[in-house]
Amino acid sequence: MSKKTVAILGAVTAAVAANAAPAFAEDNEKCFGVSLAGQNDCAAGPGTTCAGSSTVDYQGNAWKLVPAGTCETMEITGADGKVHKGSLTATEMNLPS
Amino acid sequence: MTQDTLPQAPARATVSQAEFRAAILNAQADVPEGLVNPDGQQASKRFSVYRNNVVHSLSEAMLTGFPVLTKLLGEEFFREMAKVYLRIHPPASQLMMHYGAALPGFLESFPGTLHLKYLPDVARLELALRRAYHAGDADPIDPAELTTLGQHELMEAHLTLAPACEVLQAKWPAKSIWDFNMADGPQPSAGGEDILISRIGYEPKTFLLPEGAAEFISSLLKGRSFGTTLGLATSNTPDFDLTATLTVLIAAQAITGIDRA
Repeated sequence: MSKKTVAILGAVTAAVAANAAPAFAEDNEKCFGVSLAGQNDCAAGPGTTCAGSSTVDYQGNAWKLVPAGTCETMEITGADGKVHKGSLTATEMNLPS
Repeated sequence: MTQDTLPQAPARATVSQAEFRAAILNAQADVPEGLVNPDGQQASKRFSVYRNNVVHSLSEAMLTGFPVLTKLLGEEFFREMAKVYLRIHPPASQLMMHYGAALPGFLESFPGTLHLKYLPDVARLELALRRAYHAGDADPIDPAELTTLGQHELMEAHLTLAPACEVLQAKWPAKSIWDFNMADGPQPSAGGEDILISRIGYEPKTFLLPEGAAEFISSLLKGRSFGTTLGLATSNTPDFDLTATLTVLIAAQAITGIDRA
């Protein structure tokens, strides 16, 4: 093997190694019921119905991306003073009437 | 020309789509003939409501599509600017999520913004993030697959990148400006930025590229082989850092296939 060959394959291996762990550690999960009115995440842009479309605080069927593993442990205090946690699935809580 | 000298308009006069569209976007234009209200009179009030709704909804689309520009310019200014923009560049497609594609060029010549040279690059980044969001899905490869290729195989191989992948070579620190405004990033410092736009799961993301990486990725996107691409990169950028470049591509989940020749 020439010196150049070693350098290129070494560069590839180094790049793969550098990414070995964090790719999965940084995963996000959709978390329902934790976003303030109009603040739910959506990068879809105009002409779609999702961006900022939740109309009440902590709407149960509106979600936000949060770091994986943190959703269900998040404690949110609502306007009524009741404490609730995030949910990985849509809930019936606080739906706009 | 007055009503007196004109023959009475036929009861069922029609209006062409071109006339209708021109009158919608020009507040000074007369209501097109052929639009009548239930009393048989010209429907000027109804037409004004329609005209207002079109302008308002396109302004809202611009605000939704360019959150960072709205923040930089202030909502009031942005709204007024959008009203000028939408009359010059009405939607060219029914896909509203891509509306505003001509904004970078517009910002370069609009009197209120032409001195703010960094705005067009920020607009380009916001547009690219939207395109990335709506691009097709593609699963990234397991990066370890890259290490299974020998030197010759690797040089002959073609890497496929995700449909969401785009490169933006910004003369201004567009990513830093975006991060500062949207993600509590540090204060941007002067200087251009080469940016990779990609999508991880549902979320469009931006990555700062090392020197020469933008040309490297653009060459891959053109379908050139790994070897040809690497040759170009190292001749254009003597200090080209292959490890750093591949590290970004892997972190961005940008590589979706290895096509072995």
